[in-house]
Amino acid sequence: MSWVLRAEDLPDLARGATLLGTGGGGDPHIGTLLVRQVLGDGAITILDPDDLADDAFVIPTAQMGAPTVMLEKIPAGIEPTLALRTLEEHLGRRADATMPIECGGINSMIPLVVAAETRLPVVDADGMGRAFPELSMETFAVYGVQGSPLALAGERGERVIIDTGADNRQMEWLARGVTVRLGGVGHIAEYAMTGEQVRRTAVPRTISMALRLGRAIAQARAGHADPFDAIAETLASTLYPHMVTLFRGKVADVERRTEHGFASGRARIVDGTHTLEIEFHNENLLARRNGSLVAIVPDLICVTASDTAEPITTEGLRYGQRVTVVGISTPDMMRTPAALDTFGPAAFGLHETFAPVERLAPYA
Amino acid sequence: MHIGIDVGGTNTDAVLMQGRTPLAGVKQSTSADVTSGIVSALAALAQEHSFEGDQIEAVMIGTTHFINALIEARRLAPTAAVRLGLPATRALPPLVDWPQTLLEAIDGHSYLAHGGYEFDGRPIAPLDPEELRGIAAQIAASGARSVGVSSVFSPVNHDLEVEAGRILAEELGDGVAISLSHEIGRIGLLERENATIINAALRELAAEIVDGLAAAVRAQGIEAPIFLSQNDGTLMDEAFVRAYPVATFASGPTNSMRGAALTSGLSTCAVVDIGGTTTDIGLLVGGFPRESAGEVTVAGVRTNFRMPDVLSIGIGGGSLVDPVTGEVGPASVGYRLTTEALVFGGSTLTATDVAVAAGRAQVGDPAAVAHLDPEFVTRVLGRIADRVAEAVDQMRTSADPIAIVAVGGGSILLPDELPMFGAVNRPGNYAVANAIGASIAQVGGEIDKVYAVTPGERGALIAAVRAEAVDKAIAAGAVPGSVEIIDFDEVPIPYLPGNASRIRVKAVGDLMEAQR
Repeated sequence: MSWVLRAEDLPDLARGATLLGTGGGGDPHIGTLLVRQVLGDGAITILDPDDLADDAFVIPTAQMGAPTVMLEKIPAGIEPTLALRTLEEHLGRRADATMPIECGGINSMIPLVVAAETRLPVVDADGMGRAFPELSMETFAVYGVQGSPLALAGERGERVIIDTGADNRQMEWLARGVTVRLGGVGHIAEYAMTGEQVRRTAVPRTISMALRLGRAIAQARAGHADPFDAIAETLASTLYPHMVTLFRGKVADVERRTEHGFASGRARIVDGTHTLEIEFHNENLLARRNGSLVAIVPDLICVTASDTAEPITTEGLRYGQRVTVVGISTPDMMRTPAALDTFGPAAFGLHETFAPVERLAPYA
Repeated sequence: MHIGIDVGGTNTDAVLMQGRTPLAGVKQSTSADVTSGIVSALAALAQEHSFEGDQIEAVMIGTTHFINALIEARRLAPTAAVRLGLPATRALPPLVDWPQTLLEAIDGHSYLAHGGYEFDGRPIAPLDPEELRGIAAQIAASGARSVGVSSVFSPVNHDLEVEAGRILAEELGDGVAISLSHEIGRIGLLERENATIINAALRELAAEIVDGLAAAVRAQGIEAPIFLSQNDGTLMDEAFVRAYPVATFASGPTNSMRGAALTSGLSTCAVVDIGGTTTDIGLLVGGFPRESAGEVTVAGVRTNFRMPDVLSIGIGGGSLVDPVTGEVGPASVGYRLTTEALVFGGSTLTATDVAVAAGRAQVGDPAAVAHLDPEFVTRVLGRIADRVAEAVDQMRTSADPIAIVAVGGGSILLPDELPMFGAVNRPGNYAVANAIGASIAQVGGEIDKVYAVTPGERGALIAAVRAEAVDKAIAAGAVPGSVEIIDFDEVPIPYLPGNASRIRVKAVGDLMEAQR
């Protein structure tokens, strides 16, 4: 069902999007301010994928690069819509709607900026079902929609079209190079597709899920209920039906290193003699409890504050935090062999094979 | 000898110090005006332990005047905000997230100009002096008397911010104060800019307060230099306060923690301050408070000042104790403790009652709690100790052992040995701890910038940044040989090829005037 989003929904949506960012994706706070500034008292139509005509034309929008840069170099404001308009011009066709490519982190917000400005609706779906570090890691790509041509825009009104045909990894590589030259952040429009393709390739209803998750956490806190129960109940009726508590303990050690522009490292969480180790590469990729695998990408590994369930990003991890780590099962479409080839363990250089979080060893 | 004074919301404390030894201490009510409370505190201090004005080498003052002015939205100067960043940053202009009442109180106007830098130091756009002169004319016409200037990535390169400040000052003349963001906040444009605008709005009041404090001290025949406490526990001189009043904001809790530590003879410790309703825990490392890493909202404005990191948990002397489960807090009888607790003839079981039943404190009537089951009493106090220990553990930055200092009326709840941490220190002379905390004489220098780290040159870069922090401390008045690096932190910036890192260094040394 389609619905309407207003400025007062943004804090809950941001909280849910941070949870789905699974440690990465960038802090959506600045995105929240950007949407609020354009939206004012207005409303954005969030379109259910089932309400899209087969031949409707959808152009997803996003930012790429370092979210930390946006904390300092705030956008001019023209960039996201300029990227969209540039791709429309290149393709000779106007979009009927925009859509997120990534429902986790700050990219949950960018399509809303476009929507508030253009009055286009936003499709309630995305192409990652969480946060991933590269533009090629999309369910759109897995199920046959190509990313190219991609339009990239900067704050001076610069516009770049990148067309690498069916090679989405080359598209990612070139776009990232341009983004660095633009000062670390670029705004993009890519993976243009029809309504029929959205239904076939996108992870559905992830905006509404992020909002419901954020709201459930806030309401549980206000009503002194257990926020983790609230998360599990909310997920039960979605395509992410399983929430598994992986561990409760104290952050004992965080080790970080920078590799090719990615913040990699590992965190160790302890409870008495028990240990949970998380490996991250911007996002959390893998968790081992007492040496045994308990969750692995693309399933979600979310570190949250034990008392409030507030999600904690890998940048925010610190010694001494009391955390509850939960694993969340991803939809079946993100666990097929083709999907795992694109964003499964091997795509991150991990040697472990994927196993669903709900079937790995339960936590006593 | 030197004098420490703490001007709080309710009390003004003063101590006379010989090196790090208190000779005398007094407590007075805070006066509505700046001077009279200080005058009477100094007079009372001279009665306790007589001194001549020329024996005093320095006067250190901690004050809540500035943060209170902001919270009450009073006595703020009409202020303009100028940001260098065009063509970027238009989406969120300065003052975008300020509460309406505060916007009106500072009659805030905001202006955008070309300039600023990328993360790697490339300019976004050159400065346009004509554009800035035009803005200066509008500021003059608006009646603003103070200006905050911010610039994108000024913590990486502040050249354009300095140049813009110079042009604006030239156009606007001496009557208008200029505050520059790279001198006030850290990475995070909106938060740093907000801190700068708050600073700008407080500059007129700063001049007034400093004049008042100086007059009060001089009236006692003391000609020694006057310093004010900063959030981080270091001192700033009069000229610095006139330029950066915002740096005093959290000096209250900082001085209280430092005073508690000094009176216990410790410099690295966790200070556990147990009041009636909450327990506040802060960490001192080498005498300085550990600072919070993230954003801090002050009077509804999101900023990134350096504030001491304090964790509050809902346990205090007045906390309600469930007679069945033995759970403590977070509900509390608060200030009604002396009428509602069992030992004071009331009918509510509080944490204080349990402490009295265990013989840890002699307050009220012990007979009123004689009926409590000793096993229950042990369990409740054990649970309190566990929760406090757990909170302290959460605050410390590593598993290394750390000393515990307990202060406040509710500290009777704690055992002499805290789980995980061992002996609990209880300082004797705590009543004027804030003033003692203010009197500790050290000054510091800090660098917090983003650097593009060239492979192979990381070592040289870090050495240069450390040297820069030391130089800053010396420039602030530290004795060169006494300066030490007390904090170093390097965090890589994610999703950004090119090995950009944010490096933070803090150096601290003894102040020349009071090095003993």
